[in-house]
Formats: sequence, C-alpha cells, structure tokens
Amino acid sequence: MNSDKGRWTRKDLLGLRELSVEEINLVLETADAFKQVGTREVKKVPALQGKTLINLFIEPSTRTRTSFELAAKRLSADIVNISAAASSLTKGETLKDTARVLEANHADIIVLRHSSAGAPQFLASRIASSVINAGDGAHEHPTQGLLDLYTIREKKGAVAGLHVAIIGDILFSRVARSNIFALLKMGARVTLVGPSTLVPREFEQLGVTVSHNLEDVLPTVDVVNLLRIQHERQRKEYFPGLGEYIRLFGLTKARARLLRPDCLIMHPGPINRGVELDSELADGAQSVILDQVTNGLAVRMAVLYLCGGIATS
Amino acid sequence: MSKTRPTNESDAVRIFDAETMQRALRRIAHEIIERNRNLSALVLVGIPARGVELARRLAAVIEAIEKVRVATGVIDVSMHRDDIGTRRALPVVKVSQLPLPLEQRTVVIVDDVLFTGRTCRAAMDAIGSFGRPACIQLAALVDRGHRELPIRPDFVGKNLPTAFAERVRVRLENIDHQPDGVWLLKPEANE
Repeated sequence: MNSDKGRWTRKDLLGLRELSVEEINLVLETADAFKQVGTREVKKVPALQGKTLINLFIEPSTRTRTSFELAAKRLSADIVNISAAASSLTKGETLKDTARVLEANHADIIVLRHSSAGAPQFLASRIASSVINAGDGAHEHPTQGLLDLYTIREKKGAVAGLHVAIIGDILFSRVARSNIFALLKMGARVTLVGPSTLVPREFEQLGVTVSHNLEDVLPTVDVVNLLRIQHERQRKEYFPGLGEYIRLFGLTKARARLLRPDCLIMHPGPINRGVELDSELADGAQSVILDQVTNGLAVRMAVLYLCGGIATS
Repeated sequence: MSKTRPTNESDAVRIFDAETMQRALRRIAHEIIERNRNLSALVLVGIPARGVELARRLAAVIEAIEKVRVATGVIDVSMHRDDIGTRRALPVVKVSQLPLPLEQRTVVIVDDVLFTGRTCRAAMDAIGSFGRPACIQLAALVDRGHRELPIRPDFVGKNLPTAFAERVRVRLENIDHQPDGVWLLKPEANE
C-alpha cells in the first residue's frame, strides 16, 4: 500500500476485503497486547483518553454494542450509545445528517451498525471521524471476522493450512463474508455448507468450496463455524422449516462424532440451541464460543486503538 | 521517534562498538548491584524492542558477577503514550510481561536511548497499572539530553551531548542482525 508496511494508517475499518495480510496480522498482534490488559490489576489504559466514541446502532444488537462499549471504556474513551428507536432517524433524519450532528458534537469515533450494506462506507467518506463497521446488512462484520480469526489462531497456533467449514445461512450473513475474506487471505481453506437456497454456487467465485452435504465435510475440517439461522429475517421460500433444516444441516451429537477430536466448534451468537447447534455441544469441550466473546473485547480494543489513535487531520 | 528524518549517513560518528558497549553494560551492572543490595527483589524491565535485549544482557552480567538470577520483564508503553492521535501510522503494540506482584520490588526500567523522557513517563504509568513497586529506577545505554519532563536516569552507559535534530542509532546483534554499536547521525544539511 505505502511505505508504512507493517504499520496501521487507516482511520476507518469498513471491511476485511480491503485489508492486507500485514494489516490483519497487525490487528491480531495488537489484540494480544490488549488481551493482556484484561489480566492487569488496573484493567484500563489511557490510550483513548479525551476521545469520544458514539455507538450508533441503527439495527438492534446487544452483544456487539456491549463489547464495543466495554472496549471503549477500557481505553478511557467517553462513550454514548444511540439506538435506532431513540434516534432522530425514526423522525426522518437522514444518516448523513445524523452523522454530521454527531461530528459537530466532536465525536472522534463512530461505531455503526446498519441494515444497509455500504452505510459505513457512505459515512466514512463524508466525515472526518473514524468509522468502524459493526455490521452492515449482509455485507461485512469485520470485527467478528477478526475475533474469529484471533480465536482460531490462539487455539490452533496458526491459520494457514487449516480447513474451516462455515455452516448455515451464508446468503444473508455478513459474518460469513468477513470470515471468508479473512480466512482466505491468511491461507486457510474454506468450505461453505448449507441448503442450496442459502449457499448458492456463486460463492465459489470467491475461492471457496460449496457443499450441500454436511456429513461429507465434517470429518475433513479443523474448525466448524456455525451461523445463526436468522428466522426473523427469512421468508419461507429459502427452506421448508426448522425441522427440515435440523435434519439436514444441524450439528447434532450424532453428527459431531464425525468431527476430529481437536476440531473447534465456533458460533458468533446468539445461539439457537437445538437448531444449528446441539445444546450439549455448545457447552462441550470442543466449543470455543465463550473464548470468542472474550477475544472479541481484545480485538475491538485493538481496532479502536488503531483507528482512533492515528492522526486524522 | 524521529525515524523518518533524513540523515547524512557518511557523517555517522561511532559512539560505541561491541566491546565498549559491553564495558558500559558491565559498569551499569556493577552500579545496579551497588545501589540494590537485595537482588532478589529486583526486576529489570525493558522497553521494546532494544530495551528488552539490554535488560536481558544486564541480567546476564549481574548473574556472572553475583551468581544471582535477577528477574526480567517487558513493559510496552504504546497504550500510555501522550502523543496518541498525532501520528499518521501506528506500530504494533507488544505484550507486557512483569513478574507479579510488584509490591516490595525495585523495578529498573531499561531503555536504549534516553531523550525527551516521555517514553519513560509512559513506562512508569504502564508499570503502575500492574501494581505499586517499592521503587522505580531508570537505566539507559545512552543519555542524549533534551529532557521535556522532570526525569533523570539512575544508570547511564554514556552521556552524549547532541543537537535536537541529530539522531542516535543503536544496533544490537540479537535484534537488528548487525554487530553491536551506537552511532550519532547529523541531520542532512539542506533539511
């Protein structure tokens, strides 16, 4: 990109597609340092002291918003949460106007969750504040992709050479897209599994394998990442029903016996227990679901530190 | 901190070679022993990257002299710096490692070059987030002056008067894959 190879120069994090391998590694290594902060007597560092962060969540979310909020507090930033219901967007204000009002209030970092793909990009190109994408439509969820990568690297030592299965609702999943971009860049092999309506063959153009048979794939993988079936978003035509989905693509205890003993079970949450993942497996020895939550905090601290810590003027 | 400023390579003045650097480290080690009678309560904490290597070398010298293995650690100062938001590119943050608890211990911060004192201030803040040591001391291979804070070193390898625009370059074999040495570099004339 430029002479600052191995250094961070971005004010915004909009997606993982545009990041280089060096930049991804830099975020992961920075996250190592911030994970260590959680073990100190004083779990707060002054890195973003005097900065203001606004969590602008136009689409509901509890865990991502909480994780960003805690990350910002550990970095000593001041933080304001704005949710869709409480914002003037419901009164007809445009996203750009909302953001300009926030900027006029001297917000340094805006963490945006929005139902439209490209909303963070739109905002980042129009205002001087840092913009962090906390999920935009079915486009990307970069911090989720990074925390999944971080967790795999932590548990497996490295990402290159691993075979990762992403299972479920790929079509509507920004988590899947961010994971695919990041995993391929880092040298992993990715197989997408699900019904053909939710995992169309077109995804193969990204450099992944598509399979509609879960039991063929399970014995060959180092990691299974199960995505939530977003039944609140889905119209009926994508699959006949939950029972049918569980029968074909749910990770049941019987199917889990096909996994290698050291295969990691991941899930971005919230879990539909008994749908995409059996309840006992979610709490079992192979599950790293709670590690993902802990690592999410460290990764978000790293991202806020990097994007919020560089000179923007 | 002034890594991008152009310098006149042909005018580099050598301050230390491998032998004189080792001699300076031996003297610092002796001074640390003299100041701190209870070596088991001591921890040498390096600032990445070269301070960490210097702390390791000082611990080795102290062990050779006193037959006591002194604890060492790493303190990363990136999260505690006072110039966040003024740089256009951020380097990677390293993981800090300190023997805990720090209470009742004497911490010696080890850095290669002491300049404005701002890195040392950040290091003291960072150490404070791990606990409250009995005492903090400062060792630097080179003190080049130009302090911007009320900070002074306890142990110095060489006092080197410099102009603000000059640069001090330190090379350590284990880090830089070049022979040990310290050079003073003049700024380029037309800058």
